[in-house]
Amino acid sequence: MRYLPHTQEDIKEMLAVTGCTSLDDLFDTIPDAVKTKHGLNLPDPLSEWDLNEHMEKLASKNIACKGYTCFIGAGSYDHHIPSIIPYLASRSEFATAYTPYQPEVSQGTLQGIYEFQTMVTDLLGMDIATASHYDGGTALAECALIALRKNKNADKIAVSDLVHPSHRQIIDTYLKPTGYKMVLIPHTAEGVTDITALESMEGIAGVAVQSPNFFGHIEDLGAFKKIVDAKKLLFITSFTEALSWGMLKNPGSFGVDLVAGEGQSLGIAKTFGGPGLGLLAGTSKLMRDLPGRLVGRTKDTNGEDGYVLTLSTREQHIRREKASSNICSNNGLNAMTAAMYLSTIGKIGIREIAQLNHDKAVYLKSVLTAAGFKPVFDQPFFNEFVMKVPKGFQEKRAELINNHCVFAGLDLEPYYPQLTDHYLFCATEKVSRQQMDQLAKEVA
Amino acid sequence: MTRQPGTKGLIFNEPNVWDKSREGRCAISLPKADVDRVPLEPALTGDTPDLPQLSELDVVRHYTRLSQWNFGVDSGMYPLGSCTMKYNPKTNEVQAARQGFAGAHPLAGEAFSQGALQLMYDLEKYLAEITGFAGMTLQPAAGAHGELAGMLIIHAYHAKQGRQRSKIIIPDTAHGTNPASATLCGYKSVNLASGKKGVLEPEAVAAVMDEDTAGIMITNPNTLGLFERNIKEICDIVHAKGGLVYGDGANMNAIMGIVKPGKVGIDVLHLNLHKTFSTPHGGGGPGSGPVGVVEKLIPFLPIPRIEKDLDTFRFVTECPDSIGRLHTFYGHFGVMIKAYAYILSMGAKGLLDVSRLAVLNANYIKESLKGTLNLPYDMPCMHECVFNDAHQKKHHITTMDMAKRLLDYGFHPPTVYFPLVVEGAFMVEPTETESKEDIDQFIQAVKAIAKEAETTPEKLTQAPVLPKVGRLDEVAAARKPCLRG
Amino acid sequence: MKEINDLNLPEDVKYTKDHEWAKFEKDTVTIGINDYAQDQLGEIVFVELPEVGDAFSAEDEFGSVESVKAVSEMYMPISGEVVAVNENLEDAPELVNEDCYQGGWIIKIKPSDPTEMDGLMDKTAYLEMLKG
Repeated sequence: MRYLPHTQEDIKEMLAVTGCTSLDDLFDTIPDAVKTKHGLNLPDPLSEWDLNEHMEKLASKNIACKGYTCFIGAGSYDHHIPSIIPYLASRSEFATAYTPYQPEVSQGTLQGIYEFQTMVTDLLGMDIATASHYDGGTALAECALIALRKNKNADKIAVSDLVHPSHRQIIDTYLKPTGYKMVLIPHTAEGVTDITALESMEGIAGVAVQSPNFFGHIEDLGAFKKIVDAKKLLFITSFTEALSWGMLKNPGSFGVDLVAGEGQSLGIAKTFGGPGLGLLAGTSKLMRDLPGRLVGRTKDTNGEDGYVLTLSTREQHIRREKASSNICSNNGLNAMTAAMYLSTIGKIGIREIAQLNHDKAVYLKSVLTAAGFKPVFDQPFFNEFVMKVPKGFQEKRAELINNHCVFAGLDLEPYYPQLTDHYLFCATEKVSRQQMDQLAKEVA
Repeated sequence: MTRQPGTKGLIFNEPNVWDKSREGRCAISLPKADVDRVPLEPALTGDTPDLPQLSELDVVRHYTRLSQWNFGVDSGMYPLGSCTMKYNPKTNEVQAARQGFAGAHPLAGEAFSQGALQLMYDLEKYLAEITGFAGMTLQPAAGAHGELAGMLIIHAYHAKQGRQRSKIIIPDTAHGTNPASATLCGYKSVNLASGKKGVLEPEAVAAVMDEDTAGIMITNPNTLGLFERNIKEICDIVHAKGGLVYGDGANMNAIMGIVKPGKVGIDVLHLNLHKTFSTPHGGGGPGSGPVGVVEKLIPFLPIPRIEKDLDTFRFVTECPDSIGRLHTFYGHFGVMIKAYAYILSMGAKGLLDVSRLAVLNANYIKESLKGTLNLPYDMPCMHECVFNDAHQKKHHITTMDMAKRLLDYGFHPPTVYFPLVVEGAFMVEPTETESKEDIDQFIQAVKAIAKEAETTPEKLTQAPVLPKVGRLDEVAAARKPCLRG
Repeated sequence: MKEINDLNLPEDVKYTKDHEWAKFEKDTVTIGINDYAQDQLGEIVFVELPEVGDAFSAEDEFGSVESVKAVSEMYMPISGEVVAVNENLEDAPELVNEDCYQGGWIIKIKPSDPTEMDGLMDKTAYLEMLKG
C-alpha cells in the first residue's frame, strides 16, 4: 500500500528492537477474548484508477454533477468561488497542520485566523469574533447556552420561528438534557417576527432573531432592541447569508450582544451542506463567556509581533467540567478560506456582489409575479423571498429539474405546514437575466 | 549522525492583510449587471465593511507567505500524541472536489442526491463493520461533537427507562473534552484514578459504580497509549448496575481489525475521521465525529437517518426517541467523502496493517528512547508512548524546552503536558505513515537534545531559533487580549 | 518554584487549607491568596471577582485566579458579605504575583461571625500542613 512505507526488512529490524517476533505479538497486552476472531468485512482495496471511476460514478448520481441553475438558498447558497480560493486553501501547510498549539511553527494559521477574526468583527460590527464553529446552527445553540448561563434567574430562551428550522432543532437538541426550554416567537401575517409576543413572555434569558429571516425578510432589529433592553435580556441575532452584510446595516449597529451565523457564502463550496462555517461574535463584555478558540496578538522573545491561541482557560482541556463549551476542533480551514475570500472580493467587491444578489432577486420576483405567481409578503428582502405558486407547479418543478437541471425554489410546507403551495426562492449573482426569463417562461 | 531536516531558508515578512490594502483595488472580476439596480431603503443600508482592497497577486502572495510559516504533515514528522497526524492522501481531496459532490445543494431533494446518500449509507456501514456496532450516525461535526452526541444518547436512553441518573465516571486517562461533554448533559463527573499499571482496575470501577451513575467514559487505548485490558469486566460491572459505557474512539488507529469496541461491551463510541481515517486536520478542523451504537440505542441516534429501500436511499426523520438534530444539514459531508475514499483505498488488510504498523512505530520509539527520556509506564504500548522530563530535571530542562528545541531540528514536537496523570508528559504518536528512516532521525534528534540538556542547556532554553518567531509571550496575550487588528 | 522555606508567610494573617490568607482589622476581613498559591500558579493573567454585596458562607467559592494554562478557584476562609473588591486587579492581575498580601489583596468582607477566624491556621500550623 502506497501510504505505508515499511519494507519487510524494516519490519524485521524494528520488531527486533521491540523484542517481539511478529506484528501480532505487539498486541499481546490485549486479552484474546477481546480480540476479534474474524477480520474486517470490507470491499477489496481499489487502485487510484478504480477509485476515480467508482467515485465519479457515485458523484454522477447527484444531479449537481451536470451543473445546475440554483434558485434555492435556505442556508446553503450558490455563489461564485474565485479560482484562487480553493487553490490557496488547499496549500498543504494550512491543510495538513493541527490546531496551532506550537505557535512558533503555526504563525501562518494564527495570523490568518487573527485576520479572519478581524474581518468578521468588521462584517458584523461586533467587538470580538471567535476562530469559528461547526456551522451557523451550532453557533446559535452555543449563544443560547451563554444567555442561559449569564441570566441565572431565567430558564427559557425565546427564538423567532423564522430562525432557520434546522437551527431551531439544534437548539432543542442542545437544551433537552439541561432543563432549559426554547419558546417560539410566532411570525406576523407580514412575514416578520411578532415583536409584541415577546412582551408577555416571562422567565426569558435571551432572544434570538434571524435577519434576513428564513423567508428572506430583513427584520426590524432596532425595534427588538428596545424590548430586549426593557426586559434586560441578552440579544442574539443570527443569519444564514453572510454576504447580506455587504449592504445591510450590521447587527452591531443595533446593539446586539451576540451574533451567530453561517459563513458558507464566503467562498465555501456547498458540498451537500457541510463543512460550512459557524461564525460567532460578541461584545467585549462577553469575552470570557465565548466558547471556542480565540487568537490574540503578542510579542516573541525578540520583541517581534506574533500570534497565539489565548484565553484558553475558558476551554474544555483546562476548565474540564466547568468549561463554557466542549468544542475543540472547529472549522479552521474554512475560516481561513473565508478570510481568503473576503480579502479577494474586498471592500469594493462585497458591496457590488451584495447589490447584485439583491437586484437579481428583485428581478426574479418581478418576472415570477408576471408569470402568475403571487408575492405573499411585501417586506424588504436581500436575496430570498416567498411566492405562492399556481396549481401544477410541483409537477412543472420536477420536470424542470429532470429536463433542464433548474431548481425552482424550495417547498415551504414541510417547514411551515400552513404554507401549502408556498415556495422560497433565491437568486444569487450567478444566475443570469436570461435564466430567470427562461424560468418565468417555463412556469407561466 | 545523519543530517537533521531542520535548516535555515528564506521566508518572507508579511504584514497584516489590511496593511497591504490600496483604495480602489479588487481581486475579483465582477460580473456585468444584466438587471436593473434597485437600491435598498437607506434605513436598511449599512456602511460597506472595511475589507482590504488587493489585487489577485497580492492575495496569492499574502497567503502563500503565511503558509510558509506553518508546519504540516506534508512538511515533516508530526508525532503529536493523541492527534494521529498521519499522511493525508491527495486522491481523497480530488474525490471530494468532484462537481457532483462539492456542488451538491443539501436541499436538492433525495431523488437528485442519490450519490451522496449512497456514499453516506455505505460509509456508515463500513464504519459500523470496523467498530462492531449495529448503528452509526455521521452527523457530528468533530470529535467533541460526537462525544456530545454520545452523551445525549446516553441521557435519552436513561430518560426513556423512566429514571434519569446524575453522575458519570471519568477516568484520569480520558480525553480532556470528556468532562465538558458530560456537563453539557447535566452529568456530574466522578473522577477515577487508573491503577498502578496505567490501566483501570475493575474493583475501582465497582467501588464507584451505582444506580445513580449513568455510565463511564473510557478512552481505549487510553491516553497513556495503553490498552484497557480489563475492558470486558469493566463493561460488565457498569451494565450490571444499568449503566452504559461510552467509548472515546479517538485512538481507534491502534486497533482496526484487531478489536471491535462494539463487540466487547462498549455501547456508544465516537470516531474522529480526521485522525484515524486520514482526512486533514486543516489547522483545527473541519473534522468529523461519527458515532456508533449498539442495537438498543439505535432509536436514539440523531435525525435525519439514512435508509435504503431496494436501490433507493432516503432520509428518515420520524424517529420519536431520537436526540434530534445536531447539524444544520447532514454533518461534514466533504470530510466523509475523504474517509470513504481512504477506506476503499485501504481495504480490510490495509486497515489492519495501519494499526499494526502504527503500534510497531510507537513501540520502536519507546524502546529506542527509554534510556534517554524517563518512561513512567514501561510496558508494551499501542499507537503512542508517554515519556517525561524526569531525567532532565537535574539540568533544569523541562519538557517544553525539549519540545521547542525539536522545532530547530525540523520536527513538530509531540503532545506536551498531556495526559495530566504524567507530570511533564511528552507524548509521542508517530503513526504508521512515518518510515523507519524518518523515525530514526527523530530518535537521533531527541538523543542529541538530551545530550545538549547536559552540556549546553541554553540551546534548549533559548529554543527555537529557526522558526519565524521565537517563544511567544502568552502571559501578555492573556492579560491584555488583542483579538482583532 | 519556591522551596517551602523561601515562602513569604507573614505572621499577622491567618491561612486556609486552600492557600488563601485572611486578615481581621477593625470590622472587616481582607482576603487574598498566599505566596504559595501565587507561586504555584505562576504568572496570573486574570482574577474573577465577586460583586460587592454578594454574601458567602465559609468554604464557598467566591472567585478564581487564572494563569495562562490553569484556573484555580478561591474559597471563603470565613462567612461574610463582600464590602470591597480590588478593582486594580482588572487591569493589573500581576499585582497578585508581585505583592499578594498588600497591593494584590482580592476582597474585603464584613464577617458574619468573626470568631470563625479562630478556626483558621496560623503560620506555624500552615507550614506544617504544607510539609505534610
